[in-house]
Amino acid sequence: MVKTSWILARRFLGLAIVFFGVTFLIYFCVFALPGDPIRALAGDRPLSESTVNTLRARYHLDEPLLQQYLRYIGGLLQGDFGTNFSGRSVGEQMASRWPVTITLALTAWIIQIVIGVVLGLVSALREGTAVDKGILAVTVLASSVPVFVLGVSAQLVFGVKLAWFPVAGTTTGWPGSYLLPALVITAFGLAAISRLVRSSVLENLQADYVRTAWAKGLSDQRTVGVHVMRNSLIPTVTFLATDLGYLLGGTVIIEGIFNLPGVGNLLFQAIRAHEGPTVVGISTSLILIFLVTSVLVDAVHALLDPRVRLD
Amino acid sequence: MPFTHCSIRGCVLTDSFAQISASGLAGAPLRRNPWRVLLRRASFWIPAVVLALLAVIAVFPGLFAGLFGNGDPRVCDLGASGASPGDGHPFGQDLQGCDVFANVIYGAQASLSIGVLTTIIAVLVAIVVGTLAGLYGGALDWILSRVTDVFLGFPFLLGAVVLLNSIGDRSVLTISLVLALLGWGTMARIVRGSVRSVQGADFVDAARTMGLSTWRIVVRYILPNSLAPLLVIATIAVGATIVAESSLTYLGIGLRAPAISWGLQLASASGQFQNNPHLLIFPAAFLAVTVLSIITLGDTLRTALDPRRQN
Repeated sequence: MVKTSWILARRFLGLAIVFFGVTFLIYFCVFALPGDPIRALAGDRPLSESTVNTLRARYHLDEPLLQQYLRYIGGLLQGDFGTNFSGRSVGEQMASRWPVTITLALTAWIIQIVIGVVLGLVSALREGTAVDKGILAVTVLASSVPVFVLGVSAQLVFGVKLAWFPVAGTTTGWPGSYLLPALVITAFGLAAISRLVRSSVLENLQADYVRTAWAKGLSDQRTVGVHVMRNSLIPTVTFLATDLGYLLGGTVIIEGIFNLPGVGNLLFQAIRAHEGPTVVGISTSLILIFLVTSVLVDAVHALLDPRVRLD
Repeated sequence: MPFTHCSIRGCVLTDSFAQISASGLAGAPLRRNPWRVLLRRASFWIPAVVLALLAVIAVFPGLFAGLFGNGDPRVCDLGASGASPGDGHPFGQDLQGCDVFANVIYGAQASLSIGVLTTIIAVLVAIVVGTLAGLYGGALDWILSRVTDVFLGFPFLLGAVVLLNSIGDRSVLTISLVLALLGWGTMARIVRGSVRSVQGADFVDAARTMGLSTWRIVVRYILPNSLAPLLVIATIAVGATIVAESSLTYLGIGLRAPAISWGLQLASASGQFQNNPHLLIFPAAFLAVTVLSIITLGDTLRTALDPRRQN
């Protein structure tokens, strides 16, 4: 027991270091951005020196960076993501945006799991055939094209020309509005997941226990479905969980093209408008999601694979 | 063998790959010369020839741009704005009436330079950090590993958007530096893993007993062992960086207008897709073929250099 708690303590110390390291770096970068947010707030009108100083003091911009950062973390621990320069609460701003991004990422994730696992399994069972090579070629080709090119083309073909999906926006709700953008994101990542499933299925097909299962006279479905798939799931689950974190962070471009009011879209507007607090708020929540996913990955991994236990 | 998942979202490397390749390559020396095997594979030399050609194009664009009589990408005829492919202009003309073929040829340089330069910088940082961490262990290892964690925890797109925004002057070099800063973590982990795995190997002990200096042991005996997995990841990273650069350009934070790059052409063409599809299709095809060749090459190298596949 002593050993386990020691390992857990080290794990959490590691997580804390990553959290503070990344948030501080982002805080530093954002507030070192060229341009003065206070002057930007006023637009073209000149501000008097005293107004500038008052506003600086209100947003604590006159304090040293480290002190500002610690103040921010202090607020964060109480669930306060701060206020941006136009006076809106960053937490509120994000609350309306996160559901869109999470819906999009989860939709893409589920499509990716279903198609990816099926493609991977098929190409492993048909190793070396035209089917296997075709799946590889198509998935790798899809991941060699920049995601915005895929997005723009899909929008034109399936949205404008064929009108199978709404062109942009969220008016149709889920799943209509989310399906096409999710498919584009999926297309981009499909090569990775299907290759991973393929290679781990291939590896397990050669394992002794599979030969034993076949020797016992088990049906193909049972051998592959139960024995092979279960063991092949271990690396796949690890990968998929990490991938979800990336999906959440990587939707900026797709949200822009399909005009989905998600976090990525907000992040980009915030950077353009020098809204530092919003940028930091989104980054911080993203990193929190990232770290939580990585803890969950470890837990699931340990659950699936008795050989892995926390170390 | 798990597949590296590299995209605009960054690189996800399933841990098992780092472990397998590190331990596998450390123990068993390659029996047959892998390069001789490689040369006989179409999946090696086709992408290799394509990439060699692209490299020549990137270094001497002038030799190729004039093939159809309009070799200067900056000589434009506004009267022929958006002209479709035709005589002398096999890829058509863009909105300013410039020859798309010449632009695509000249664009190779910036895109490939960023891909290669980023990877070289990232590999160098990874070798230094990974070797130091793996060799000395203890507190230094702990600190360096946590620093690596921080950079791995940085959501790639977020980091790139924030950092590139704070850089006023964006050139091939500065963009490469930013992308390398965000991308060295995965490779450092691989180097550290393989350095650690050969630490106790007999041949390292033997070298130490013979009185070889640490530096010599590292260069002659330890680093060559991490070379194979590093080479594979680095190859794929070049492709991922090229895709990432074009996506960042699309977001308006990559190279800027007087420069010529595939990313810039794709970004300006993406809004024009419906009326002038040729503006998007030709640069996209060049970029996709480049990235596809790089990924295929990396994958072939991976198979050839994996000792478990030798028999």
